[in-house]
Amino acid sequence: MTRIRLSEVKKAYGEVEVIHGVDLQVDSGEFCVFVGPSGCGKSTLLRIIAGLEDITSGSVIINGDTVNDIPASERGLAMVFQSYALYPHMSIYKNMAFGLENSKMPRTEIDNRVRAAARMLQLEDYLERKPKALSGGQRQRVAIGRAIVRDPRAFLFDEPLSNLDAELRVTMRKELATLHASIGGTMIYVTHDQVEAMTLADKIVVLNEGLIEQVGTPLDLYNNPQNAFVAGFIGSPRMNILDARVETGKAGLVLRAGPCAIAIPPVDGLAPGDKCSFGIRPEHMDVTSPDRADLIASCALSEQLGGETYLYCEVEGLPQITVHRPGQLSVSEGEEVALSIDRSKLHIFDRNGLTLANGVPS
Amino acid sequence: MSDAAATPTRTLRGLLNARRGRNGRTHWTDVFTYLYLAFGIFLMFGPVIWLTMSSFKTSSALLEFPPTFLPLGQIEVQVEGYDKPLPLFEATLEDGTVKQLAQVRRIGIISQMVDPANPGEKYKVPINQRTEVREFRMAWDNYRDPLERFDFTRYLYNSVVVTVVATLVTLLINSMAAYGLAIYEFRGRGAIMMFVIGTLMIPITIILVPVYLVVTSMGMINSLWAVILPGAATPTGVFLLRQYMLTIPKDLIEAARMDRASEWAIYWKVVLPLAMPAIAVLAIFSIMWRWNDFLWPLIVLNRSEVYTLQVGLNAFQGELDVQWHYILAMTVVTLIPVTLVFAFLQKFITTGIASSGMK
Repeated sequence: MTRIRLSEVKKAYGEVEVIHGVDLQVDSGEFCVFVGPSGCGKSTLLRIIAGLEDITSGSVIINGDTVNDIPASERGLAMVFQSYALYPHMSIYKNMAFGLENSKMPRTEIDNRVRAAARMLQLEDYLERKPKALSGGQRQRVAIGRAIVRDPRAFLFDEPLSNLDAELRVTMRKELATLHASIGGTMIYVTHDQVEAMTLADKIVVLNEGLIEQVGTPLDLYNNPQNAFVAGFIGSPRMNILDARVETGKAGLVLRAGPCAIAIPPVDGLAPGDKCSFGIRPEHMDVTSPDRADLIASCALSEQLGGETYLYCEVEGLPQITVHRPGQLSVSEGEEVALSIDRSKLHIFDRNGLTLANGVPS
Repeated sequence: MSDAAATPTRTLRGLLNARRGRNGRTHWTDVFTYLYLAFGIFLMFGPVIWLTMSSFKTSSALLEFPPTFLPLGQIEVQVEGYDKPLPLFEATLEDGTVKQLAQVRRIGIISQMVDPANPGEKYKVPINQRTEVREFRMAWDNYRDPLERFDFTRYLYNSVVVTVVATLVTLLINSMAAYGLAIYEFRGRGAIMMFVIGTLMIPITIILVPVYLVVTSMGMINSLWAVILPGAATPTGVFLLRQYMLTIPKDLIEAARMDRASEWAIYWKVVLPLAMPAIAVLAIFSIMWRWNDFLWPLIVLNRSEVYTLQVGLNAFQGELDVQWHYILAMTVVTLIPVTLVFAFLQKFITTGIASSGMK
């Protein structure tokens, strides 16, 4: 089993630094997902671990050995690329066997391993075909198979599902989860799709502009984001984040954002007069009667999906507010809706975006 | 090729019967197209066919004016009472009758002739009253003599060795250079590439003497290596292969690297097979260059046992006497291999040059 540790890793292309010192520990057998917006450095970080990119400073440590100067081919890791990167001139069998041939494995052993992996991934009927003759999902499975047969120290996935259509992506996601459960290797997975991150990960690493914003289990990130970026990034649809000013209220403080005022008990680090922001997830808002409402908004768009309803509401001077409720709501467009906020799910951030409170007593 | 599969009419017959006009009628563009194509064929194949025909003519027939298209030879007949066969003529006799007669001997402007059917009867015919009776006859000696007596097979062998070995060496070192310049990213890569392409601007006449000196000092004069090695690294080849290799997805190289492939394995097992269309194009070019190369072999090969075909051909061209019948015949021999190469590899030429190749 393999532990991978990054220590103070920095990467610069010429003058431009893209990774600004990353410390990270991926434990043995863990499914670790790097997630972040485009250009946040998640793929670069994965390629650094793979050995396909050099680092400017810091160290990459695999099982206690610093591997900074060890080339990709010697690190014993396997990678699945976004483009699958199957060798177009080789049959599926050859594609899977290529890595094993390079490590001078006996032919019978290669054959056993390739056939075992093909059985596992339901590719047995396609072994003699060229990659061109396979569908996207099958190619993806071949790419995974090519990684599996090598029995690598760790698996690296670089946005492996992003070239597949939505339906196939869900299927493959499940297959990946099953795969991890059955072979149990250390896996690092890069994606910009937070649904993949939430469903697959043991541990999510949220990256932004070359820095780690937060590391934690999916639900930990969802419930207790450390800052406004993570709060906004994790969860779909996005958390509503509103800028507010703190005022004194009857029983503590009031967060005032435009026409909306939210009374909260005193919070450490928040004083009257401060600028701050607060966030509330769409599913933690409710439609209520006007006398108990925290804010009155007009519904700009309502999406009725049958099992759930999304309301996109507008309040003057505030960004659009999304409300997500289970079941069917009889709210039509243009109608006024009274919304209440679940205080126990309210996230409060200071002016720098750092979390002050994840949920306040109501 | 996908087009061909899509249109079932694209058989040879379908092609020949194809018309631009609707309902099988002939449009004026059909006529124009065929005329134009015929003209093109005449322009391109006319000289080659003429060459082939002429290569079967005897040396005297070659000098004849007006020339004949087909190789012809005078018919000779065996006549009773004469040891040797006699040449046959069509003679106009004094009484105006025309008869086929065999010539016994010629004295001045009078030819003494005999009727082959009736050997006893003799005629005297002025030589301007008779014409040769000829038939289609190929002078195979044009081929046999150089190949047997002048060791042309040796030249052929040398040419084949030079072409094959030089092409293999060219492909190997050019693709290795191209691999380095395409796959690795290093400081000065662009500059080196410009430098390589820049050498294209230096004409061979300028480097002729320096290269000759180098070859001499390495003791390679009069060995085939003197022809093979100097031209092995071609900027055109490096450029061609490098540009093609740039289109190979980088992911593939990285995937191979993750698959524990050594750099040599990546080059040999991944990049080379994928660069096959470009390699084929360069191979064809190289074969043509080497096969047709004349100036450089002429300079460094001075002994006839190392002559290549092109230099050997030149040997028939004496200062006073040009043996056209041999030159023409051996030119045909020289054309055959290049034609074969083209015939078999032309699929690669078109796909490779137009190469989007694979996606």
